[in-house]
Amino acid sequence: MSATGTASGAAKTSSANMSLGARENPFSRTGAMIVMGVFTVYFLMPIWWLFVSATKDRSQFTSTNPLWFAEFNLVENVRELIDYDQGIFLTWIANSAVYTVGGALLGTILAGMCGYALAKYPFRGREVIFNVVLGGVLVPATALALPLFLIFSQVQLTNTFWSVFLPSLVSPFGVYLTRIYAAASVPDELLEAARLDGSGEVRTFFSMSVRLMFPALVTVFLFQFVAIWNNFFLPLIMLRDESVFPVTLGLYSWNTQVNQIPELRGYVLVGALLSIIPLILIFLLLQRFWRSGLGAGSVK
Amino acid sequence: MTTTQITTAVRRGARTPTRRRRSSPHRKAIAVFVLPFGVLFALFYALPVGYAVWQSMLTVEREGTFGAAREVFGGFVQYQQVFSNGPFWSSVGRVLTFGAVQVPVMLGLALIFALLLDSPLVRGKRFFRLAFFVPYAVPGVVAAIMWGFLYSPNLSPFTVATQNIEFLSADLVLWAMANVVTWVYVGYNMLIIYSSLLAIPTELYEAARLDGAGQFRIAWSIKIPLVTPAILLTTVFSIIGTLQLLAEPQVFRSFSSAVTSTFTPNLTIYSTSSIPNFSLAAAFSVVLALATFVLSFAFLKFTQRKGDQ
Repeated sequence: MSATGTASGAAKTSSANMSLGARENPFSRTGAMIVMGVFTVYFLMPIWWLFVSATKDRSQFTSTNPLWFAEFNLVENVRELIDYDQGIFLTWIANSAVYTVGGALLGTILAGMCGYALAKYPFRGREVIFNVVLGGVLVPATALALPLFLIFSQVQLTNTFWSVFLPSLVSPFGVYLTRIYAAASVPDELLEAARLDGSGEVRTFFSMSVRLMFPALVTVFLFQFVAIWNNFFLPLIMLRDESVFPVTLGLYSWNTQVNQIPELRGYVLVGALLSIIPLILIFLLLQRFWRSGLGAGSVK
Repeated sequence: MTTTQITTAVRRGARTPTRRRRSSPHRKAIAVFVLPFGVLFALFYALPVGYAVWQSMLTVEREGTFGAAREVFGGFVQYQQVFSNGPFWSSVGRVLTFGAVQVPVMLGLALIFALLLDSPLVRGKRFFRLAFFVPYAVPGVVAAIMWGFLYSPNLSPFTVATQNIEFLSADLVLWAMANVVTWVYVGYNMLIIYSSLLAIPTELYEAARLDGAGQFRIAWSIKIPLVTPAILLTTVFSIIGTLQLLAEPQVFRSFSSAVTSTFTPNLTIYSTSSIPNFSLAAAFSVVLALATFVLSFAFLKFTQRKGDQ
């Protein structure tokens, strides 16, 4: 699916450029490029500023040109950040990695299994399950934060790793998307052939169907990854102990203390930069899947 | 159920009618596939929804002024409080004002960028697509911290602007947040609309082109009508997101005293639960979730009816 989409897109662009491009009004063309250029500055300038600021030491931060480098102190700044408070920043980064990558990975597998079963096996109650899950897609994650806190406090599990991790595993949207995708991309004949070969249903799923559903699974992973990464209310309401914070909550809590502890301002900036760099890289690398997945999402 | 069965039956052809039996022979496998998700969904989605409704029906009763507090069933007492709670409704009004301006601006920009990327007017499409999408990788909290610095009069690189305009004043702080949300989400929405533009067959514009239509005309009369479903989808997502606004105002509280603890509905819920008044906070949550649902549903219905005419 993604391959054909990209191919037709590429073909379209080149044919458009060849047959139509030459005839475009040069004024429209200049105008369009100016619009794109101005907004490129708008979108990238804050990140550039963050990068430049992260390379400065405290005295240069306010006294030198904010959009250009002074002395390049990035390495020292990063070292100070990592050493601060017995390396709490690295703990937060590790926590975030487990919450987001672990949660999204496991959540995707669970959603994929459920969506696959709903698509490929007729059984009683199948539509009921699907409709209930579909209703879950409409429940905003922030609406669940408070009741989840109340439930976890009933069993004395607030302020633990699990209180944020376990709720992150549920992706109703993932079930919806994988069901649609499995129905269209996993042929019944293939499953029948696997059965004749003596492969069990579960083994068939993990060895064959997962591969056929791969583009949808990557999309679900990305969506769930972003959902967990952006879900600020759940950790905010659930966690008090700094050692289980995700990095977003950690930076937030530092930022609220900047007035009492001024050196935290520098750490917030360097920490913000370090926390978004891996994400930007992952996003750009997986960009292809974003597009095909978004297309799949809007098929309905 | 019947439609899916019919379509699969049609796809299979008439060769294998025996497979259309009702009960499945793969019960164990189905249980292995469905149960893990099902249990987690029940525990962390269905149960919280039920629990919120239950908690919102409880009310605290004391025996005398200093007696022990205990929770008793109070029916809709909390909901009366919700409806007479001024700060909550002004926070709802605030996010609706925010959404009425921010959502059209953001989606308008996203549509313009998608159309420009899809037109032959722009060179370096790949670069622009990536550059505009990068902010989406920045989580709301970090984006708000970054812009908080950029707005503040002393630290900003744009002191000319920030020393003359108080972006963080009571009048402007809502729009300062609107800018942060727009900055993060324009690229994402642009990509949704762009990918549905790529799905339009090129022949459609080539015919229009031969008839002498310009790029603007093609965009207006062919492309925009065809990507309307994608625009509607992004609108519903944006409405939901607007009502749930939390990270940006919560972060801005450390930059600006103009952001109160009841600035948005979710901030109201958070501060009510830290009093702690869980029953009232739960009632707020239920009302907010219902309002979100009704608003996005109504929007979909309204636009569908308009489309049918």
